[in-house]
Amino acid sequence: MGQRYRHQVGSQTYLFKNLAQLMAKATPLRSGDCLAGVIAESEQARAIAQLTLAEVPLTDFLNEALVPYEDDEITRLIMDEHNKQAFATIGHLTVGDFRNWLLSDHVTSDVLASVSGGITPEMAAAVSKIMRNQDLILVAKKCHVTTGFRSTIGLTGHLSTRLQPNHPTDDINGIAASLLDGLLYGNGDAVIGINPATDNVAQAINLLHLMDDVISQYQIPTQSCVLTHVTNTIECIEAGAPVDLVFQSIGGTQATNASFGFNLATLAEAQSAALSLNRGTVGSNVMYFETGQGSALSANAHHGLDQQTCEARAYGVARKFNPLIVNTVVGFIGPEYLFDGKQITRAGLEDHFCGKLLGLPMGCDVCYTNHAEADQNDMDNLLTLLGVAGCSFIMGIPGSDDIMLNYQTTSFHDALYLRRVLGARPAPEFEQWLDKMQIMKSDGQHLLSSNVPDVFARALHAIGGIL
Amino acid sequence: MKKHVERPKNLKGAVDHQAHLTSENIVNNPWRALRRYTDARIGLGRAGVSLPTSEMLDFQLSHARARDAVKLPLNIEKLQQQLAEFAPALPCQPMALHSQAFDRTTFLQRPDLGRKLNDISRNVLLKFTTQQEGDRQLQYDLAIVVADGLSSIAVQRNVRPLLDQLIPLLKKQSQPCSLAPLTIVEQGRVAIGDEVGQYLNAKAVLMLIGERPGLSAPDSLGVYFTWEPQIGLNDARRNCISNIRPAGLGFDVAAQRVLYLLKEARRLKTSGVQLKDRSHDKRLEAFEHKRGRTHSFLAKPS
Repeated sequence: MGQRYRHQVGSQTYLFKNLAQLMAKATPLRSGDCLAGVIAESEQARAIAQLTLAEVPLTDFLNEALVPYEDDEITRLIMDEHNKQAFATIGHLTVGDFRNWLLSDHVTSDVLASVSGGITPEMAAAVSKIMRNQDLILVAKKCHVTTGFRSTIGLTGHLSTRLQPNHPTDDINGIAASLLDGLLYGNGDAVIGINPATDNVAQAINLLHLMDDVISQYQIPTQSCVLTHVTNTIECIEAGAPVDLVFQSIGGTQATNASFGFNLATLAEAQSAALSLNRGTVGSNVMYFETGQGSALSANAHHGLDQQTCEARAYGVARKFNPLIVNTVVGFIGPEYLFDGKQITRAGLEDHFCGKLLGLPMGCDVCYTNHAEADQNDMDNLLTLLGVAGCSFIMGIPGSDDIMLNYQTTSFHDALYLRRVLGARPAPEFEQWLDKMQIMKSDGQHLLSSNVPDVFARALHAIGGIL
Repeated sequence: MKKHVERPKNLKGAVDHQAHLTSENIVNNPWRALRRYTDARIGLGRAGVSLPTSEMLDFQLSHARARDAVKLPLNIEKLQQQLAEFAPALPCQPMALHSQAFDRTTFLQRPDLGRKLNDISRNVLLKFTTQQEGDRQLQYDLAIVVADGLSSIAVQRNVRPLLDQLIPLLKKQSQPCSLAPLTIVEQGRVAIGDEVGQYLNAKAVLMLIGERPGLSAPDSLGVYFTWEPQIGLNDARRNCISNIRPAGLGFDVAAQRVLYLLKEARRLKTSGVQLKDRSHDKRLEAFEHKRGRTHSFLAKPS
């Protein structure tokens, strides 16, 4: 194919051998792309690549697969299910024009929703690379994506949380203690989701019963999930366990997902099994996906692409299965992929934008590890930016400290901070429940009760020594 | 390293701890006493919807300590001394190896280098196997590899007690297990175990590695198991047992799980996704008749 893309600056000509290389070099600096050796060789080279990328017609992304069609079922999914009718509205644009179009006044939430199926993950990734942080926020805020199971997630003006009551030995009462803490801080409307310390079917069934008992007894309008491998969840369903949502970590290439031990057919089988249980009340979105930049490179399955483009392709996988929630676990992977607070912030905004543009109920695990150059202040910044961008949900965990996974994410307090500064509310069904249970008033102020609500006081009294 | 804050484990502790927090601007949480069940930072109380000052600063101190822990180097002589007692069960004294990541900064930024042995280490292993082959073609059932990973503290504290439980079990079972030399890899990541296993001609490899340090747990040890280890395998071929430490998964339980994985791998001739950890299934069957274990203090039996 030769050097397809070129840009002339004075006497110097910059050449890019293909779309994949151009995309990688146009990507804002991050350590994972350095590690992969795909990053621009200089700041100027990056800026030139962005200028060049802006001139690329969107139709090029339909004519040139970044991962070969024959080798990769995700490329086939993206190409075969591309909505040409929806694409017609934007089919004449270049990447640079596409940015202008997204930002323009006449492109409303309804317009974005009608065009979403015509946007491929690669187009979303490309335009994000030439957008500033404020552009990513502004356009994401225009994208409205609503899903439901027992609560409704993604309504404008609402912010939900995943309550994450992890415990390093899956101790039943230890998990319940964090779960109660979260509920009393008004968290848990997106999902109550446990990362099991012991990852097997038997343990998953135990944890599913634990959460189902609590949700049933207190009639909480939310859903539970054990974040175990998709094949384990299929076995849980076969064993008759109370499964609300099917979880899986997904990546943007077939080889990444093979390294995770599943393929698209596995996800389809799991979705079908979960739907057959018919446990939702306000909706039937039964999938919970997690993603994160760097997973493809980590599995040595990135095909020379930059990590953000791989990430956007994972959203192509997600949208096939109508998920309830999609969570980019942005800072979990470590400094070799996102080095510091600045890189984590940029990646979080990119992921949220790309996911929303592609029609996904996007949330973010605003997080970092102890070997990354980041701290609580970096997380406060990203949390606030994502809140302004209309992020569907964040994590909620006691005091930001996940004692099982050993990283820091947002706390129950952080969620309340964000709701307060934005005037955002929990999912409507959950908000009513919080009011009924005397945890939080559903008036304009949304004040937490200073007392332990009666029904929980009884549970605490029953175990003795408390209250 | 001693845990820096005495976490109240009973009501008295909770009351004492909260005494100095009492302030007209703080709402305390009586369920803080549930910390008898967990080290999670529950019941922190609040100033408005925000953390009280003391809790906020306590967190900052924990983070500072965890940051320091990441940088602490492995004391390899001390570890070799700790492991020397296992020599009778092994072909030779523990061997010290090093990845291609020559220092901590490189290790953190270049995981690819942490997954490969440096030339000297590779030669050490090849020389060893060549000498052994002088007698006969040797194949070991299991190679145990220790690596610092992201927490040297985890390795320094927890490898010895885990092996105290595990090695007798490996020798005692009905199909005794021949052990390759124990190796210790500095600046090593999980996948480097497969390279070591391949050079040592081992049928399976068990990697004992320091996990990323958490705020409350700087000493979690992870164990990764691979059947027929070779360079280039991915995570789908590995089984993981996580959070092994005194306050996490106990050494005895971890050792039993390793034994289970090894037995199943020998039977199925594979590891990873194809070999699910069912070591709890028998216990599950017992619970199906008595579902008490899934009932927390929050929910009444249905």
